Amino acid sequence: MNDLAIETSGLVKTFGTTRAVDGVDLAIARGGVHAVLGPNGAGKTTVMRVLATLTRPDAGTARVLGRDVVSDSKEVRRRVSLTGQFASLDEDLTGRDNLRLIGRLFGYSGRGARSRAEELLDAFSLTDAGDKQVKKYSGGMRRRLDIAASIVVTPELLFLDEPTTGLDPRSRNEVWDIVRAMVSGGTTVLLTTQYLEEADQLADRITVIDRGQVIAEGTSAELKASVGSGTLVVRVMDRADRPAARDVLGRELGVEVREEIDPSALTANVAGSAGVTRALTALEDAGITLAQFSLGQPTLDEVFLSITGHTAEDDETEAEEAAA
Amino acid sequence: MSEQTNSTRTETAPTGANTGTPAQQALLAVLVSGERPPAPNALSTSLTFGHRALLKIRHVPEQLFDVTLFPIIMTLLFTFIFGGALAGSVEDYIQFFMPGVIVQSVVMITMYTGTTIRNDIEKGVFDRFRSLPIWRPSALVGMLLGDTVRFLIASAVMVGVGLLLGWRPQGGPVGVMLGILVVLLFSFSIGWIWTFIALLMRSSGAVMGVSMMVLMPLTFASNIFVSPTTLPGWLEAFVGVNPLSHVVTSARELMGGAELGSSFLIVLLWSAGFVLVFGPLTMWRYRDAR
Repeated sequence: MNDLAIETSGLVKTFGTTRAVDGVDLAIARGGVHAVLGPNGAGKTTVMRVLATLTRPDAGTARVLGRDVVSDSKEVRRRVSLTGQFASLDEDLTGRDNLRLIGRLFGYSGRGARSRAEELLDAFSLTDAGDKQVKKYSGGMRRRLDIAASIVVTPELLFLDEPTTGLDPRSRNEVWDIVRAMVSGGTTVLLTTQYLEEADQLADRITVIDRGQVIAEGTSAELKASVGSGTLVVRVMDRADRPAARDVLGRELGVEVREEIDPSALTANVAGSAGVTRALTALEDAGITLAQFSLGQPTLDEVFLSITGHTAEDDETEAEEAAA
Repeated sequence: MSEQTNSTRTETAPTGANTGTPAQQALLAVLVSGERPPAPNALSTSLTFGHRALLKIRHVPEQLFDVTLFPIIMTLLFTFIFGGALAGSVEDYIQFFMPGVIVQSVVMITMYTGTTIRNDIEKGVFDRFRSLPIWRPSALVGMLLGDTVRFLIASAVMVGVGLLLGWRPQGGPVGVMLGILVVLLFSFSIGWIWTFIALLMRSSGAVMGVSMMVLMPLTFASNIFVSPTTLPGWLEAFVGVNPLSHVVTSARELMGGAELGSSFLIVLLWSAGFVLVFGPLTMWRYRDAR
């Protein structure tokens, strides 16, 4: 026994000629939220399916809560729960029937399963929808029911595969609140996401995956620090001034200044605020009027770009092309 | 946006069980009360999955079309097309034909097992089932048990239609029921072929196609419609080894009140063989189902 929730070594899973997971090593502590961040097709879901015993690895080992996912898979299944990317529910049945079914499969008596289903429907604000077929649920309701189904028996470790993909902001906040409540109740949560903001908001630690490999690991702050302490964003009043402003900033800051899609915006990664003041003064001296400027922490998008050399969105289209 | 989410975060920071919004406290309460009951046995989980199949019928009654209308159409169509030509009259033919058409219709309906599983897998519900700490085959066994109920409905409908058309089985109600039991046993067993195919193929259309390809020759090159003595030698030989012929013979014997011959034993052997070969094959594919 050790106190790691998840430990993998050289994990490989191939589908045909694609190496979906290509030598992943993970060491994730118990407690809190751990996010696996990456674009579509990066291998996040496959890693999670291997950990949840739904897919067998082709090479390497994976231990979940100290138990091997291949040789001791039943013990792993006793301790974890999975909420898949597409609702793992029976759409033809009602929400209440789904929860009762899972309750029965965990060994509750008929009456026990019924009362457990009521408790869960109540806690997830689904009592009124309990007798509706799941196919008539909204995305947010479906997701809540899915998570409820995952905690019919409280798991030690909960896998959430892209829990908020396709949800509106309000439903997304609800899911986030549920995740936080679960963590405060002592469950370890591993979630995959392609939303950088979600990892930033929820996760204690983040593993960045790209093309089946781990490319970075750390807290959100650590990942950001690896890029530079902040990002300067400048928007010029007159678009024609942008090239001049870029030259001035580049000279004063001594770093690369990028032109954004917004035709009046420029960004640069900076080490601190000292040089920024000087650079802004230099812009004023050059007679360039600014519409706006801000100095902020780099976003995880920028982190992703700086680690992989390409943006998350680029990769998405590549993955789709590869799939087509 | 980020301001809004930041404030949410402060509000709901995980600081212990006694704080947080009422909604979060309710969540914590259900988490704490989620104690594990004793693990259920294989029979119990299989029956639970069988119950699921029946609940689906209640919510989607359309799926009873294939076990009601289809068998009725089959019976009427073949009785009236072949009746006069083959046996001189509908009434004479139906005495011979009825057990066979029951076998044919039920065996044809077993194909839907495969497409149902394929659809379930695509929708993701099997991810849930496969991540549960239960006897692994129970989801599939349960589906097949639920389907057996559908086969029973189909058989009952056809017996009713047959009786209306003048079928007078000499075996009486008991003989008819025993004959249906043999059909159900065989259908449950070949169900494992379709579960395997469903886990092998990537679309329900492909599953349907392969099932059809297997079933069409088996049902027509059998003793369902005509006595095999009228067939050319090579075809007669095939009909002789076709397991469906033996199911039909057994059903005819039981429903017709005749002595039960060796066909019944052959049916048992085939059924056991299907389960023993395709059961493990299915479970092998089930480990990595996607």
